[in-house]
Amino acid sequence: MSPHQLDIQLVAVIVAASCSIPGAFLVLRRMSMMTDAISHSILLGIILAFFLVGDLSSPFLIIGAAASGVLAISLIEAVNRSRLVKKDASIGIVFPFLFSVAVILLSKYARNVHIDTHSVLLGEIAFAPFNRLIVSGMDLGPVSAYVMGSILLLNLLFISFFYKELKVSTFDESFASSIGFRPRLIHYLLMAVVSLTCVGAFDAVGSILVIALIVIPPCCAYLLTDSLFRMISLSVLFGISAAISGFWAANWLDVNIAGSMAFVCGVFFLVVFLFAPQRGLFGIMREKRRQRMDFAEASLLVSLYNQEKGEAVKNHPDSRGMFRSADFASKVVGFLKQKGEIAVTGGGLFLTERGRERARMTVEGR
Amino acid sequence: MLEFAVELFSDYTARTILLGAASLGVVSGVVGSYAVLRKQSLVGDVMSHAALPGIVLAFMIVGVKEQLPIFIGAALSAVLAVFVINLVTENSRIKTDSAMGMALSVFFGLGLVLLTYVQRMPDANQAGLDKFLFGQAEALVEKDVLIIGLTGFFALSVVGLFWKEFKLLCFDPDFGGTMGFSIKALDMLVTAVIVSAIVIGLQTVGVVLMSSMLIAPAVAARQWTGNMGSMVILAALVAAVSGVTGVALSAGFENIPTGPAVIVCVSVIAFFSILFSPNGFFTLKFKDAQSRREIRKDYVLKALHDLALEHDDPGYAHSERLLALGSERGFNVRKSLFALQAAGYVESVGEDNWRLTQSGIREVKGLSPLEKNR
Repeated sequence: MSPHQLDIQLVAVIVAASCSIPGAFLVLRRMSMMTDAISHSILLGIILAFFLVGDLSSPFLIIGAAASGVLAISLIEAVNRSRLVKKDASIGIVFPFLFSVAVILLSKYARNVHIDTHSVLLGEIAFAPFNRLIVSGMDLGPVSAYVMGSILLLNLLFISFFYKELKVSTFDESFASSIGFRPRLIHYLLMAVVSLTCVGAFDAVGSILVIALIVIPPCCAYLLTDSLFRMISLSVLFGISAAISGFWAANWLDVNIAGSMAFVCGVFFLVVFLFAPQRGLFGIMREKRRQRMDFAEASLLVSLYNQEKGEAVKNHPDSRGMFRSADFASKVVGFLKQKGEIAVTGGGLFLTERGRERARMTVEGR
Repeated sequence: MLEFAVELFSDYTARTILLGAASLGVVSGVVGSYAVLRKQSLVGDVMSHAALPGIVLAFMIVGVKEQLPIFIGAALSAVLAVFVINLVTENSRIKTDSAMGMALSVFFGLGLVLLTYVQRMPDANQAGLDKFLFGQAEALVEKDVLIIGLTGFFALSVVGLFWKEFKLLCFDPDFGGTMGFSIKALDMLVTAVIVSAIVIGLQTVGVVLMSSMLIAPAVAARQWTGNMGSMVILAALVAAVSGVTGVALSAGFENIPTGPAVIVCVSVIAFFSILFSPNGFFTLKFKDAQSRREIRKDYVLKALHDLALEHDDPGYAHSERLLALGSERGFNVRKSLFALQAAGYVESVGEDNWRLTQSGIREVKGLSPLEKNR
């Protein structure tokens, strides 16, 4: 691993970690598509600020661009509040407009600067190590690692400082305002943090793929835990792993790094979606199968129990006919026999003591 | 500029391109209305981004930049994205917005990976594949326009054939279900129509901004009418005009990509409509201010009358300050007085004193009881 590769990964890891943190709240607040709006809108801010400042890594540019993200959100909310346009359409007309203006400005007036329409979409994390922070002749590493590191620190400070406010206003907004938490203020602060993160991540992954880093790791975590704190920590973990494996995949295939990181995020989600212990697709299927078998067993036991008590089940004299197929019936009988809840003698089914107890409990509910 | 326009419309190639842009506009205006009315605007966004890997894969398989395979590839991967969204939301607790965000970014990411992979290939065939990102109308040739026209014709015919059913789907799908329509099938059909509109826009507007071509015209049209038929026609018109204008702008000035130019045009129309249509933001604000002025005038008129009656003389004059004191609402009484004076209901007497004229007295008596008690 060359120092160059190490630097890229360092930046990627910091970007991924800072994206995952506010991302967890966006996912829980059902505002994932707001990321789409913010990440597109900040481009206009970046370009306008760049025209003013003339330096892509100036803190003024970062703050100005982040403000444009918050402005876009307020514009969307204003359009939506007028009740003339539905929420989704408000998002859908505001950010493409701002983005289009930005792209036109970019291709018309900023031809010769570092940003062009390609880096908007592709990011240029591969160039991150070239711009180095050098203090009195000492090379302290890539500048973007410091910029993004400060943003990560800010994100961490933000969520630790406002943890309970964020938590309460995310899960119960009216309760939050009734105890004086000002959920609107929290909302805008969160939007500001997301905008800032998007601006910081813009250099590395471009305008669109930042959505992957913000939305997907928290979604993975969301399927694995019910605790907010664990969800955030897991998101960060997922984000970091996706960044590193995405980098190596891109390195191996010699393709765009940001796109590869987004795709790896998707692969991670696919794996979690399929194999998460309780909420994964297979887990759910297993659980459904278990419930079905449980129900079938109980039905058979109760039917036998009723026969014993003389309340004969007319339609299914030997109880096995109640199932949709003979196959399934013999499966149920097999399981019950294994558990020692029924006995099969001379082709007939009989309850054992344990089976009778379970049937009684099923019928009487205790 | 005028010369340029004349040149544009007389040139054969230019006419072909403008025809393509216009037909694309008509189709996306009509089809987009359904996306907006069904609150699925953002699904369009996801689908257009998700078309990218399909475009590049189609190119990788076929090996040349052939229109039809690219269309098919784009459509398939856009539909796959919708399928993935549904799969995820139906089988986990992930909400629609997150599922959309994931589908959009993963598909687009894959598209960029493939694109950068293809661009490394030695032959120069793939040049211009990245024009699908932001669109480039100049590259349209007659054959492309023909395919746009045919696909668009298909989409519009489906809309025409299922007009009633689609309307039901937009406004009351549950009722449609009870009437025996298969809502799922209709839903798929609408998705297919939207996808075909997206696909034909890819070359002109590009994957990144195509969704806006669906949403903005419909939003603009919706501001002016509450009738489905008029909305669809108006949206088609808006989109066609923007398409042609955008293409002309992009061709007429250097370094303006077509997609953003078209989207800026269509967005400006949409925002204008939101602000200034008969039910628009400013129109409502203006009407509000107008009725507030009316109410204040009535209030001042009545206050003047009530005060005067205390002196048993309806024409008795009172100072503006006294009127302002009596008004609990703290508004600019003088403004209302001037307006009333202009209408001939009050007149000023000497130092800042005001009294009702004869017609003012008649006007007070004419106020309805409701207005009098206000």
